[in-house]
Amino acid sequence: MDTRKEKFPYGIPGHNLSEVEREIPVEEPPVWPINDKLKVIGKRVTRIDALEKVTGKAIYTSDIKLPGMLYAKILRSNVPHATISSIDISKAKSLPGVHAIHLIENTPKEGEENSTGKYPMVKYVGQPLAGVAAESLEIAKEAVSLIKVNYEKKPFVIDLEAAMELNAPIVFDAPITKQQDGGDVGETHDGSKGEGNVRGPSTSSFFGGPRGNLEEGFKEADVVVERTYRTQVHTHMPLETHGVVVDWNADVMTVYASTQNTAAVRNEMASVFNLPKSKVRVICEFMGGGFGAKHSAGSFGPMAANLAKKTGRPIWLMLDRQEEHLAEGNRPNSIQYLKIGAKKDGTLTGIQQRSHGTAGVGLGAGVGRIAQILYTCPNFATEQYDVLTNAGPGAAWRAPGNVQGAFGLEQAIDEIAEKLNLDPLSYRDHIDTSEVRKVERQRGAELFGWSRRKPAGSSKGIVKKGLGVGQSTWPRFVSLDSSVEIKIHKGGGVEIRSSVQDIGTGTKTILAQVVAEELGLQVKDIKVNIGDTFFPVGPGSGGSVVTGSITPPTRNAAFEAKTALLKLVAKKWETDSSELVMADGQVNHKTNTDLKMSFKEATKLMRTSQISKIASRSDDYGGFQQPWGLAYGDLGSVQFAEVSVNTDTGFVKVDRVVAAHSCGRPLNIGQLESQINGGVIQGVSYALYENRVMDNSTGHMMNANVDQYKVPFSMEIPEIETVIVEEYSGRSSTDAYGIGEPANIATAAAIANAVYNAIGVRLYEIPITPSSILKALSKVS
Amino acid sequence: MENKDQDPESKPGKTISRRSFIRGAGLSTASSVLMTSNAFALEYKEPLVTGKEFGPDAITIKMKVNGITKSLSVEPRTTLASALRDHLELTGTKVVCDRGSCSACTVYLDGKPVNSCMMSAFDVGDKEITTIEGIAKNGELHPVQEAFIEHDASQCGYCTPGMVMSCVHLVDNNPNPNLEDVKNATRGNLCRCGTYPKVFKATLAAAKKTI
Repeated sequence: MDTRKEKFPYGIPGHNLSEVEREIPVEEPPVWPINDKLKVIGKRVTRIDALEKVTGKAIYTSDIKLPGMLYAKILRSNVPHATISSIDISKAKSLPGVHAIHLIENTPKEGEENSTGKYPMVKYVGQPLAGVAAESLEIAKEAVSLIKVNYEKKPFVIDLEAAMELNAPIVFDAPITKQQDGGDVGETHDGSKGEGNVRGPSTSSFFGGPRGNLEEGFKEADVVVERTYRTQVHTHMPLETHGVVVDWNADVMTVYASTQNTAAVRNEMASVFNLPKSKVRVICEFMGGGFGAKHSAGSFGPMAANLAKKTGRPIWLMLDRQEEHLAEGNRPNSIQYLKIGAKKDGTLTGIQQRSHGTAGVGLGAGVGRIAQILYTCPNFATEQYDVLTNAGPGAAWRAPGNVQGAFGLEQAIDEIAEKLNLDPLSYRDHIDTSEVRKVERQRGAELFGWSRRKPAGSSKGIVKKGLGVGQSTWPRFVSLDSSVEIKIHKGGGVEIRSSVQDIGTGTKTILAQVVAEELGLQVKDIKVNIGDTFFPVGPGSGGSVVTGSITPPTRNAAFEAKTALLKLVAKKWETDSSELVMADGQVNHKTNTDLKMSFKEATKLMRTSQISKIASRSDDYGGFQQPWGLAYGDLGSVQFAEVSVNTDTGFVKVDRVVAAHSCGRPLNIGQLESQINGGVIQGVSYALYENRVMDNSTGHMMNANVDQYKVPFSMEIPEIETVIVEEYSGRSSTDAYGIGEPANIATAAAIANAVYNAIGVRLYEIPITPSSILKALSKVS
Repeated sequence: MENKDQDPESKPGKTISRRSFIRGAGLSTASSVLMTSNAFALEYKEPLVTGKEFGPDAITIKMKVNGITKSLSVEPRTTLASALRDHLELTGTKVVCDRGSCSACTVYLDGKPVNSCMMSAFDVGDKEITTIEGIAKNGELHPVQEAFIEHDASQCGYCTPGMVMSCVHLVDNNPNPNLEDVKNATRGNLCRCGTYPKVFKATLAAAKKTI
């Protein structure tokens, strides 16, 4: 491979900016300077699809209407554990307007004791059993209500701790090894080990397994904090539910999907129906939120396709709000035991972690890697157990596992600091080696006014104020299977094509910015056609991988297309293409100012109708690679929270949050702020409000709606300020990364620390409710 | 769940769905009872439909939407939201909670915001409906829409039509709102992406431009 050496900006402007030399493949584009010297990148570019959104013209999957389309509804179990003896569809079938009914057949699965039955075992309330296609949604719903299911009920268990008992009803009789969606990104949770409903433990991550000697570590400790923390199950509740519209004609199955991963949905549908990938087209143009839960075709995708096959008509199948809560994902709960030891000077000597959590019938209820890697500590071990229960499966949610883990770790670190009589913020300077978080602490603390913080419980009056801080880390995950096509059309027009989807994070806009910057055009000159698997495959929107994965090949493809175009211009001008540049919509000669041509004129020199270049994500510059894609360095954050606690009513209000974040080279400041706001608000909700309430005697979720499932609305929104720390590391042609996960990790911990600072009593369980505050203050029993 | 009575032990009729409640309660009273969760819920002084029975089959009604009178065939169980989305293909109006607690389906009924998922299509009568598609006039955006674009007040965008409806109503009726007014105007609007701070900022900026 031909290479060349180039110097890249390295470090943090205003702090330690320097240069690093990298040996890079010769075909890579030249280095971009820091954002100050760029025209489009790093600026507040307005979202390119905002006009459609504010006028109601954006067409989401749920809005799709096709000629002859039928509406489908899924019948779901209303008992938590049973075998099905019979299903009577006669009444439903004869309802006028019903076109087809599809029953889900039993296919032997891991851990299924009922491998020979006609119908699948029922393992949770809300499990899909059948689907109806009808002329209207109302008819489909009515038909579903007419289907009679005869269950042979079995004992079940809903509560995490009850399921851990050795005599608890068993959810799965046999070992299960399949990694479910709820798991931590890049981790494998093993369901084949363990007893009863308790599976595991998982003791390692791709950062390795246990290290050092815990016993020795705790012997060296002068102070020890030993606590148990609890976090709740909560459900994603994206505004647009999971669902698809399937249009299956003789040639191609087209699946309009509300998904975070068009390519994964395509692969699943192709696999289920034994079709070549070339004959499945998944399209997602606008998507109404996912937060981690929408990476799969689920059962609704195949159901819609089966109904399409039976009826020969397009099928609309979007779930309703209740189905969404029951069956399409949640963040698992946790009971985390944490023991941390430190010397008098603050040096950590040991971190021991043991967790249990339930992702219902799925695996992956761990607490992540945050205790393992956030701070320097020579002795560490974790045991993370999955507990199976008869409830809907968990799904990935913004930094899976690590949000739960941060809630425990960041409170324990505060307690260590307090025992050592140290300020919790400056204590982190001592144990955290990250240069980025150091700057985030400095800049964040200044904006937040951390110096106002008073000793815990010293706030006077009924309404007490408190300040707290929490930190996070998230790897720079990259998916190497990320490709994009850039087309320059003859006579003008530039197009970006990839299957990568924009789930509201602003991917369309940043791709247009990258190409505009490279070609010296404006964002409005770039047409972004993404979210379509007929285009080159891009990454799924999960793990904050999109920006780091798809922007470098986007720039590289644009650079290749530009190079091809400049060669044509150079030929005409009888010069060398290396003497030409593109800027401000023009092709210019570097030295001869007489030689200039508009971009549009230049494209007229093309012999074919387009120049088309496809590029894929190359290895990180410097060759850094982790087992799960590339994950060099971390995306750190430090969040500060200010709360008011009414000690009479127990009511907690988050007044203000300062969120200091880094994502490498920031591409679009406005969109970054928006996504950070969102992560913080979901964190506020996790800390104070939302909670999946289950009825342990029936297995039903009691608040599977919007009105009883409390999340923050406008009145609960704190004032949020963001600090975005630009940081360069010279790892790719854009050096940019995502922010989705880091934005959500530290918030609940920062709020819990602030509540402690306000009232002087620590809460080890979320959500922190008025009742838990009053109990902590011993005002109620 | 739609399949309550499939469990042999559950008693049919023990729980009533909203739709059956609408049917059971009668059209005239249902709307006023059920719309109270919206901050701007309309209270009908007079029943809109009296002395006349409809259903169970579809009938053709006329509805004035965004200035144009349209004919559509709807059943008694058809909500206004469904009439707009499924019958008139005005899909800007979103259905999220389908029980009047998220305001994603907000439309104006004679200029006042209502939850269209909580209203029977029959109950519209001769009142005039405005949907998100009718907010921009002659291709010109409302200042709130412009400000939403400028201040990045949408992420996934699914709550955005409802947010815009709430904020346009505020700005059109209160030329000088403060932050509390904006929060009040959007207190029924759920956004899961957490775009509220930008919605507040955009709406305040839009109000300044309209003075």
